[in-house]
Amino acid sequence: MASPLEQFVIKPLVPLNIGGYDVSFTQSSLWMAFAVIAATLLMTLSMRSKSLVPNRWQNVTEMLYEFVAGMVHEALGHEGRKYFAFVFSVFMIVLMGNMLGMIPYSFTYTSHIVVTGTLALLVFLTATAIGFIRHGLHFFTLFLPAGLPIVLAPLIIMIEVVSYLSRPISLSVRLFANMVAGHTMMKVFAGFSVMMAASSGIGLVGSVLPLMINTALFGLEILIAFIQAYVFAVLTCMYLKDAIELH
Amino acid sequence: MDLQSAKMIGAALAVLPLFGVGLGLGMLFSSIINAIGRNPSVAGTVKGAGLLYFALIEATGLFALLIALIVLLG
Repeated sequence: MASPLEQFVIKPLVPLNIGGYDVSFTQSSLWMAFAVIAATLLMTLSMRSKSLVPNRWQNVTEMLYEFVAGMVHEALGHEGRKYFAFVFSVFMIVLMGNMLGMIPYSFTYTSHIVVTGTLALLVFLTATAIGFIRHGLHFFTLFLPAGLPIVLAPLIIMIEVVSYLSRPISLSVRLFANMVAGHTMMKVFAGFSVMMAASSGIGLVGSVLPLMINTALFGLEILIAFIQAYVFAVLTCMYLKDAIELH
Repeated sequence: MDLQSAKMIGAALAVLPLFGVGLGLGMLFSSIINAIGRNPSVAGTVKGAGLLYFALIEATGLFALLIALIVLLG
């Protein structure tokens, strides 16, 4: 039987090789393209009627919009409107990746550290750049909380710098590990079912049990898919807040 | 001890942090129930914050799982 981790193997669909680098169009790229197309179609088609009393599709879009807008407003206040588009894009690409990954036989691109790491690095570098642009070298006061005894300063600065630099790591590993763990767990339970069904008699009847657990896990995974996108977006807001307000 | 058994013991040791994760989740949910029980009108806000912290605590357990997988398969 196949290993439960086999689902994460990246297979090239259109092999490409440019200057010694493997830049093949893989199934990961394909599902990323699907995510962008799905998000764009959802946003544009559902808002085409722009009616005052929304239909179901328009309702979904408005809920997503208001959810992220409320989140940005809560963290950044009125100034956050400028950063809404950025946070919303990050939220949608993560949400679409997690949700499309729940379709059987599809591929979850957020289960690869290279994808989540790039997203987290993008968020981190954007926040840092905004901090430097707005505050110049004053940005470094982020690492020194006001009113700190000068004796403690070297220690605190060291801790703050390390915790600041570990942000992209924790942000990316959180999403990636959640997706890998969830999909592996579902594959393991599906494997139990297959193993039990292969034996005759009582095993055949019992194989329904892991299947039922798997069905429940599916619901949990959809919840996790949404929560992880939410957490990613909330932490993006918090990092932007740190860069804009400096504590 | 051969390498394979050492790897398995190492992977088992690497998931010990689940003790703390379980403790943390228990404390989180007990305080959520406490808060809602004392003041049912804040249920929406408390649940929203609770979900965020649930994900943050759960991530700690997944870090441990990741280390265990690296030890086992790496």
